[in-house]
Amino acid sequence: MSASLRIARATGAVASLPARAIEPLMAGLQKAIGIKKMPWFFLLPNLLAVILFSLLPVFVNIFYSFTGSDRLYPSQRPFIGTYNYETLLDCGNYLDPSTCSRDLFWRALGNSLVFVPTQVAAMIGIALLTAICLNGNIRGRGFFRGVFFFPVMLSPVVVALTWQWILQRTGVLNGILTNLGFEPVNWLVYANSAFFWSVFVTVWAHMGFYTIILLAGLQAIPRDVYEAAKMDSASHWRAFTRITLPLLKPVLLVVFILAVIRSVQTFDELYVLTGGGPGSATLLMVQYIYEIGFAVQPRNFGLAAAASLLLGIVLLIFTLVQLRISRGSSNG
Amino acid sequence: MKLSSLRLSCAFGVLMFASAPALAQEITVVCDDLGFGCNTIQPVADKFMEENPGKTVNLEIVPYQSMVESLPVQLASGEGPDAAIVTDLGGLSRYYLDLTPYVDPATFNENFEQTLQWLRGGDAESTAINGMPTSLTVNGGYVNLTLFEQAGVEVPPEGATWQEWAAATREVAEATGTEFAMEMDRSGHRFASLAISHGAELVSEDGKPVVDDGLRAAIEQFVEWHQDGTMPMDLWGAVGGATHRELFSDFLNANTVLYFGGSWTLSQMDQEVGDLFDWKVIPAPCGPSSCTVMPGGGALVAFQHTDQPELVGAFINYLAQPENLSQVLAAAVEIPAASTLIESGIEYPGASERTQEALATFIAQIPKMAPAAYRFQGWRYQRAMMNALTTRISQVLNGELDVDGALERIEQDVNLAIEAAEAQ
Amino acid sequence: MADLSLASSTGGVRNMLLGRRGRGRLHISDVLTYGYLLLGVLVMFAPVIWVVLSSFKTSAALQEFPPTLLPYSTEQVVVEGYEGTLPLFDVITESGDVVQLAQIRRVGLNAQMVDPTDPEAGRIVVPVANATPVREIHFAVENYVQLLASSGSEIWRFVFNSLFITVAATIITLIMNSMAAFALSKYRFRGDSLALVAILSTLMIPATVVLVPTYLIVAQLGLVNNLWGVILPTVATPTGVFLLRQYMLTIPDELIEAARMDHASEWRIFWRIILPLSSPALAVVAIFSILSRWNDFLLPLVVLNRREVFTLQLALASYQDENVVRYEQLLAMTTLTALPLAFAFIFLQRYITSGIASTGIK
Repeated sequence: MSASLRIARATGAVASLPARAIEPLMAGLQKAIGIKKMPWFFLLPNLLAVILFSLLPVFVNIFYSFTGSDRLYPSQRPFIGTYNYETLLDCGNYLDPSTCSRDLFWRALGNSLVFVPTQVAAMIGIALLTAICLNGNIRGRGFFRGVFFFPVMLSPVVVALTWQWILQRTGVLNGILTNLGFEPVNWLVYANSAFFWSVFVTVWAHMGFYTIILLAGLQAIPRDVYEAAKMDSASHWRAFTRITLPLLKPVLLVVFILAVIRSVQTFDELYVLTGGGPGSATLLMVQYIYEIGFAVQPRNFGLAAAASLLLGIVLLIFTLVQLRISRGSSNG
Repeated sequence: MKLSSLRLSCAFGVLMFASAPALAQEITVVCDDLGFGCNTIQPVADKFMEENPGKTVNLEIVPYQSMVESLPVQLASGEGPDAAIVTDLGGLSRYYLDLTPYVDPATFNENFEQTLQWLRGGDAESTAINGMPTSLTVNGGYVNLTLFEQAGVEVPPEGATWQEWAAATREVAEATGTEFAMEMDRSGHRFASLAISHGAELVSEDGKPVVDDGLRAAIEQFVEWHQDGTMPMDLWGAVGGATHRELFSDFLNANTVLYFGGSWTLSQMDQEVGDLFDWKVIPAPCGPSSCTVMPGGGALVAFQHTDQPELVGAFINYLAQPENLSQVLAAAVEIPAASTLIESGIEYPGASERTQEALATFIAQIPKMAPAAYRFQGWRYQRAMMNALTTRISQVLNGELDVDGALERIEQDVNLAIEAAEAQ
Repeated sequence: MADLSLASSTGGVRNMLLGRRGRGRLHISDVLTYGYLLLGVLVMFAPVIWVVLSSFKTSAALQEFPPTLLPYSTEQVVVEGYEGTLPLFDVITESGDVVQLAQIRRVGLNAQMVDPTDPEAGRIVVPVANATPVREIHFAVENYVQLLASSGSEIWRFVFNSLFITVAATIITLIMNSMAAFALSKYRFRGDSLALVAILSTLMIPATVVLVPTYLIVAQLGLVNNLWGVILPTVATPTGVFLLRQYMLTIPDELIEAARMDHASEWRIFWRIILPLSSPALAVVAIFSILSRWNDFLLPLVVLNRREVFTLQLALASYQDENVVRYEQLLAMTTLTALPLAFAFIFLQRYITSGIASTGIK
């Protein structure tokens, strides 16, 4: 503990060196442009990078979605109007993907609509339970926390290959089952078990990150609040629901938003693990977009862009609602 | 010390970079490092540079995925290497440099007649020499002879049908307690072998997808084999989309009697099976229409944006000389694409007797290949078709589509891809 | 383990839920807590250990089913009169004894063997069913040796490239994101909500989806095959701005007002007050950035096409081909690429611990 504090202090000392040189410069700048403009100065570098590498690509994508051919340069692409959107939305019956012109888009959308809530609920539930366990008075907390966090560091491809070896017919899980006298199961062949393992593997890979954030939130809750509760002889469950949860709400909200966004963007792990299969049981939106726009020749950038914009509209609505809730909670 | 040497090498690097245009005699060729790739070409490139002082050929090893996914995007934006060994022969044809001025067209046309056609992307009028085909790969089945022997079942002779092979391997699997009778890579290319031998055209003369009774028969047969347990669900049943999946380890572990893969796993057979069991490569199983398997392979191509067309041309021409080509092929243990080398035969000093025999079997399949197989291989939209095949057949296996629906979807998928790519 | 939990004398779920130290006997909830955590260790860690152990297996051993935990290979012996080494087998003889014989070759169902202690006795024909290979634990270090040898000095270049990208991108991310978060949390100005929405809306853009346009922009900037072509598109992480802004909102404005009274410049307030107070959030953002940059694959795959600018992850991908995956080398490379992260984590974890603890006191 003291060692780490020392490291932190040393880091701070080193970091302050250039800062000392910059400070007069910045004070001068503030005089030159006035304090009113300072927030823009702080904002500018990040905003420029966002505009150049995030918003501009989105606008290029919007342009792609209204143009055809597999050419890369916008100037070489002929205008085809809303054709891409029309084929995507062309459905006999929106509840039955097989009546749609682009059936896989709707299957992917349907799968994502089931996958995201399931995965987020499992993710937050398990991460919270783990954080609570780690927040208790236990031995070796650092070790346990490290163990839960470790998979977060592995690259998605490694995660997927690892679990593929474990889950395949001749994998170690079936090896253990066989040794225990059970019948081996071909886990990734059945739609339901493949879906379960998709959720499991993605939770396995990412829960450590959320556990750490939640643990930080739990530890920030002042102890004396509980002392007061103890005086009132509140039950453990009541203490949890009445004190811990409300005080954890801001952190939970952050975790929730991040988890949802990353869940919607789930791609690499499942692409290697199931490839969206069996059939299209674990095909999610981003994989669909990746396959039509990038992995398969001829690349249909236009259709991929149209699909991603439709996905973006759904997500935008979600985020705006979240922001409103977030603003409400931070005011209240 | 270290820092200064690093800085020195940086400065040197900058210097090299700055002086490169002045020398202007350097090209970069990208390839992967398996089989006929950078590692096996290197000795020939060294020889070339020795004979042509002042000219440099850089061989860059890149991941296969980079070739497939990144190279086309680079080329579309006008970037990329001077030359590369590619496997999507037809799809990239618009970027190829015509090598006619730099090589001996007569030799090339005679040697690589069929493969040169693939490199033209389906343009039947073109006479361009768009590259040098490197090696041929041939799809084919491997069988475990030891299992046949144990079961006391006769190995079906040359000319046996897919159904006869299925029946025989099923019998063997039952008698020996082997898990599966047959397995096939999850790849549209492998499935095309089955489909074309059942009479599927796959692509018409004018480059449109063909969904016919041959394809229907092949899919129905394929689905039946998955339902009755002849084939495991692990490959085609467990994976979705365009993902390629192989389980050759099942054959190496004697979990399957027959594995339908291709000639590229030969070197692996020698290393890993050793003398655990006897195996051989079988002649192409027959369908009602023909006894054909799919050809494949790569080609060394130059790109139009290169500043050094003469040097690229000279290097490719040098590599195309029979003695150089056979040197690389022998090192890679691969089948030549050049017809003169097929006729004269290549010695593979490093390969075992069994591997030599297997290579001979693969080579013997080349003359039997159906015209549809060659046409499909050179089609610009072959990848779109293969992707539709894997995606839709997997959906049938999992009950998401019926065979009629799958056929309809396959045709629609490919047509939509063509339409999108050719939108004017 | 029981010893451990007794010694800790914890109060179980009550403390778990209340987050405070208890003084009680060993309680059923303690057992549950530790049980859960130990199960967690098994589920979280076993696969990772499995990968590391597998990376020491020969490719033949990797193909086995059921797989063995430890890497084994067949024991080899040198027998007089035979070239090279021969694999050793336990053979059940007709009389039912078990003897160790060396196999010369195998033909179908029978194998020709020889007694290594008495090669003069000649060849013995043994049915394969009666022979099992004698196996010994063998760590196939050759996977690693081969890997390092085949890539030669290149591997250090890959390490350097990966490190450079990770460090440069993380530093720039931290500075840029915290500046933006400061502006968006502590000032009210025209267009602030527009800027916030503009940055946060990019949260929802999966990098995969804008890969092609991003490449186009990088190419226009002339950054193809340049490490900065991978760094610059990734530095403006909306997640970082979001986390830091959420955190800075909790820092009381009074601190800033007081500093302004003392004529501190805005930059000084940011650098001297806000940044130090935000260190837990900064640590989280740093971890996030380090992990994503180190493991980045798709953007480097498209932007970096020369081996001199390859990252470790790209080098890792070289062990796969359309038809062949060389698992033994892939696993070794996987272990090697994860190793630096493990070390970084050990260091950062201490730092976060102190960071989190300091916020806990506040």
